[in-house]
Amino acid sequence: MSSKLESGTPTQLVILSGKGGTGKTAVAAAFGHLAHAGPSPIPAVLVDADVDAANLELLLEPRPLERHEFVGGSVARIDPQRCTDCGVCEEVCRFAAILASPGGGDYHVDPVACEGCATCHYQCPEQAIRMEPQLAGHWFRSQSRYGPLFHARLRPAQENSGKLVSLAKQQGRLAAVEEGYPLMIVDGPPGIGCPAIAAAAGADLALIVGEPTVAGIHDLERALGMTAHFRVQSLVCVNKGDLYPEGVSMIEDRCRARGVEMIGWIPFDEAVTRAMVQGQPVTAWQSESPASRALLAVWESVRGHLDGQRAIARPLRAV
Amino acid sequence: MRIAVASGKGGTGKTTVAVSLALSLLTDGAWKRAERHAPLFLDCDVEAPDAHLFLHPVIERTKQASVPVPKVDEGRCTLCGECAEVCVFNALAVLGDRVLLFPELCHGCGSCSLICPEDAISEVPRVMGLLEAGPADGLHFAHGVLNVSEPMPVPVIRQLKAWARPEPGQLTIVDAAPGASCPMVETVRDADFVLLVTEPTPFGLHDLKLALEVTRELGLPAGVVINRDGIGDRGVEDFCASENLPILLRIPFDRAIAEGLAQGRTLVEVRPEYRSLLSEMARRISEIVSAARSDTA
Repeated sequence: MSSKLESGTPTQLVILSGKGGTGKTAVAAAFGHLAHAGPSPIPAVLVDADVDAANLELLLEPRPLERHEFVGGSVARIDPQRCTDCGVCEEVCRFAAILASPGGGDYHVDPVACEGCATCHYQCPEQAIRMEPQLAGHWFRSQSRYGPLFHARLRPAQENSGKLVSLAKQQGRLAAVEEGYPLMIVDGPPGIGCPAIAAAAGADLALIVGEPTVAGIHDLERALGMTAHFRVQSLVCVNKGDLYPEGVSMIEDRCRARGVEMIGWIPFDEAVTRAMVQGQPVTAWQSESPASRALLAVWESVRGHLDGQRAIARPLRAV
Repeated sequence: MRIAVASGKGGTGKTTVAVSLALSLLTDGAWKRAERHAPLFLDCDVEAPDAHLFLHPVIERTKQASVPVPKVDEGRCTLCGECAEVCVFNALAVLGDRVLLFPELCHGCGSCSLICPEDAISEVPRVMGLLEAGPADGLHFAHGVLNVSEPMPVPVIRQLKAWARPEPGQLTIVDAAPGASCPMVETVRDADFVLLVTEPTPFGLHDLKLALEVTRELGLPAGVVINRDGIGDRGVEDFCASENLPILLRIPFDRAIAEGLAQGRTLVEVRPEYRSLLSEMARRISEIVSAARSDTA
């Protein structure tokens, strides 16, 4: 039987959450480690798609190999020599990005408010407005302890994070195809907007890391709605499951109602933070800690799904 | 005064701090005597709006958040393609004998309808989210909810801020989205102060630095709340000291707090002693804002 993991295109696993801080990156780093050095290794390319606040590298000790510029959108700039203070730009701008001086006229652009739409550029009767491309960030290829890592950094206050996510993923995918990696593990951003959608696009499987809290459950449902809309098959695991056991049952119920499998839960474990301080995935730093053992079980279940096998539903008990 | 509660990293406790800060002021005698209005609470984390789960507002007003998208009158359109050419978001394309619209890419700038030489483009609203407002335990509450599968949170945030305006002099507490890109920037850019909630871990430190870069670029005063104090390491502490960034509150890691929050209780319900600490923090913020204002005046 030939499974998808053995065919030419890499399988894409994306890790999402909805709510921030549920432990996506801790899970992604553990998966990177287990894919490399676990009981049944599988070569994987790692992608950090949280370009706003990229943390995966903090656990993987990457050695940078390549650095590339990412040019995002543009910002309008008014040439004061050509500007006749006619005010057309201010009139057509829907983002309140054209500011007049206190005495009127003498227009200039608020670069933070500017959407980069170029409406003012096209409408200016004097051709006095240029659109200047902005260096919005960088993307990198690095060699991590567990395989190639593609990561990116959006400069603070920049837009187009979805495009940078797509770029980092595309580069990771090309490398996986060329160099024969069967798996790509994508650490996604929080939320359900453009960068999360870009991270989920084209994924074969999404693992949504939930939290058994009222806020975590609310946002987990929104994340599941998003992956369902884009027809990405999803699994759920629950982090810090012992914090509020009723919350775990609630998640289990909601998953059942949506036909989504909840594959396990990870207990709250101080070893996760201590491993982070050491710059390591918890599974590498303390493989016998409660969180590490639970992560191994979750990883094996995900592996089962990736292999196209029906994983046996695990009873929802502590590991 | 407008205080934005933000963080680079998600899940550090923005909503926890923002909600309990607002509730603390409501019961603070000195604050109530000095203020004419109860605080306005704005949840701008429209991708993952959670504050209502703790504040239980009674929704009295709603409004759809929408973006105007083009509608092409095929009778007038000559397929000249100018609309597609000026659209920097690639939301329009001329294909064969039709103009194709990709509505989820449209930012609603109106450039296409202005440029069309045949006047063939009108605009229709495309709903991408919902704004809701109402009283919550004595607070004024409003939030925006981005529709699931919609990619753009910023228009919803922008419209929420325009719709739920504070009364003159009313304190506004704004709960921001995590990160350091457009949703966070749109939320904090008109604040008087940015409260950065972080945790004392390498992730917390890394993302605090990014968020601080944004507040500095915007020229906004900022201060830090260290949540789950005691876990992790000293990195955040040392960074705040070296950057002269005031640490305004520490909330130690406490399993009872974590369990209470999980069940939808607020920090000040679980640990009432934080009421006075949070009110005190609001007073310090107000002093910092006044000092910053007199510096620039």
